[in-house]
Amino acid sequence: MTGPVRELGWLSLRFVEELGRIGVFTARVTGAVVTPPPRIRPCVDELFKLGVLSLIIICVCGLAVGMVLGLQGYNTLVRFGAEESLGAVVGLSLVRELGPVLTALLATGRAGSATAAEIGTMVATEQLDGLRMMSVDPIHLVVTPKVLAMIGVMPLLSALFIVCGLAGGYVVGVGLMGVDGGNYLTSLENAVEFHDDIVGSGIKAVVFGVLIGLISTYRGYTCAPTSAGVSSATTSTVVVASVSILIVDYLITALWGV
Amino acid sequence: MRDLLVGLFVLVGLGAVAYLSFRVGGLSYGGPGGLVLYASFDQTGGLKERAPVVIAGVKVGQVSAITLDGNFRARATLDIDRSLRIPTDTTASVVTAGLLGDRYVSLQLGGEEAYLKPGDEITFTESAVILERLIGKLVHGSTDGTGDTKNDKSE
Repeated sequence: MTGPVRELGWLSLRFVEELGRIGVFTARVTGAVVTPPPRIRPCVDELFKLGVLSLIIICVCGLAVGMVLGLQGYNTLVRFGAEESLGAVVGLSLVRELGPVLTALLATGRAGSATAAEIGTMVATEQLDGLRMMSVDPIHLVVTPKVLAMIGVMPLLSALFIVCGLAGGYVVGVGLMGVDGGNYLTSLENAVEFHDDIVGSGIKAVVFGVLIGLISTYRGYTCAPTSAGVSSATTSTVVVASVSILIVDYLITALWGV
Repeated sequence: MRDLLVGLFVLVGLGAVAYLSFRVGGLSYGGPGGLVLYASFDQTGGLKERAPVVIAGVKVGQVSAITLDGNFRARATLDIDRSLRIPTDTTASVVTAGLLGDRYVSLQLGGEEAYLKPGDEITFTESAVILERLIGKLVHGSTDGTGDTKNDKSE
């Protein structure tokens, strides 16, 4: 009779315990960021892996999303004879929502999973223990550069995604559907405001970068030192990061209206 | 090589951010400002800050602030290209782009020899036309005054 209740209690306790661990981990990472010496070289390497290597997928996806937005937006707007507002539709949806969110989901799949697997393998092959033996803090050398690079890379990738999307919408709307190019750009520039839309978009991208960076490194850092542990750490990184990105996106939009 | 690529990536990313901020977001009016003029309107009809100020359809500046003055009129601050010489009898009107589009300020230049200095007030202003009121007047069958009272008199 008390079995399911006991189970629920155990699950709740584990959930709270996990939250506490993530909090402690976050505090340690934050502490390591301000501890000298700054790890510039690992940071640049991570920027390369997370940023440069994600460039193509971000641009291709941005272009595709912009093109489909152009097509869908045109088909809807033309019913009201408002196809000259296509730029506003494509621009606002990309800047406010699709840019940061889809970039974050892509970066989770592309970079977050790789980060978790890399750190997880280091745990499994006792490389982090080796670092500790040499009294080097693995959080300082391995985790911090990855988190910092993720936070720095996200706004840039999101901005590139949006610009590619705008270009994709332009190609379809103006090239294919015959919307006037000047109308597209004018409605785009009139609809998108710097303070409301662009800043909000940047804030979302940075917050998602923090989420992806912390979740992927935490999952890798705490994974069981077996091959099954590494694989489950990678999976749970993608699942947890994607879900929390979408939930946090809703919260930011609802609370601050960006 | 890797550093070069990272540098290029950061440059391209910042370029995208700059494009979004300045071109798409309209962070600042691209041309020169510096000539600050004031104009009071009875009705701005939802004129917003950073709305364009145009002469003959060409953008020459933007609305930098809108406040309520002592007489409950809307006082708009216009930031205009300072190389322009605006006659003192210029009219500022709030107009709408298209039927339902955004409001902006249009300047119709006068013929005076004297020119407005920075900080001067544009005395001739034309308020925004509120479409709903126009429709209301049409529905009530009169074109001046408020529709209701006119109708009462004619009946």
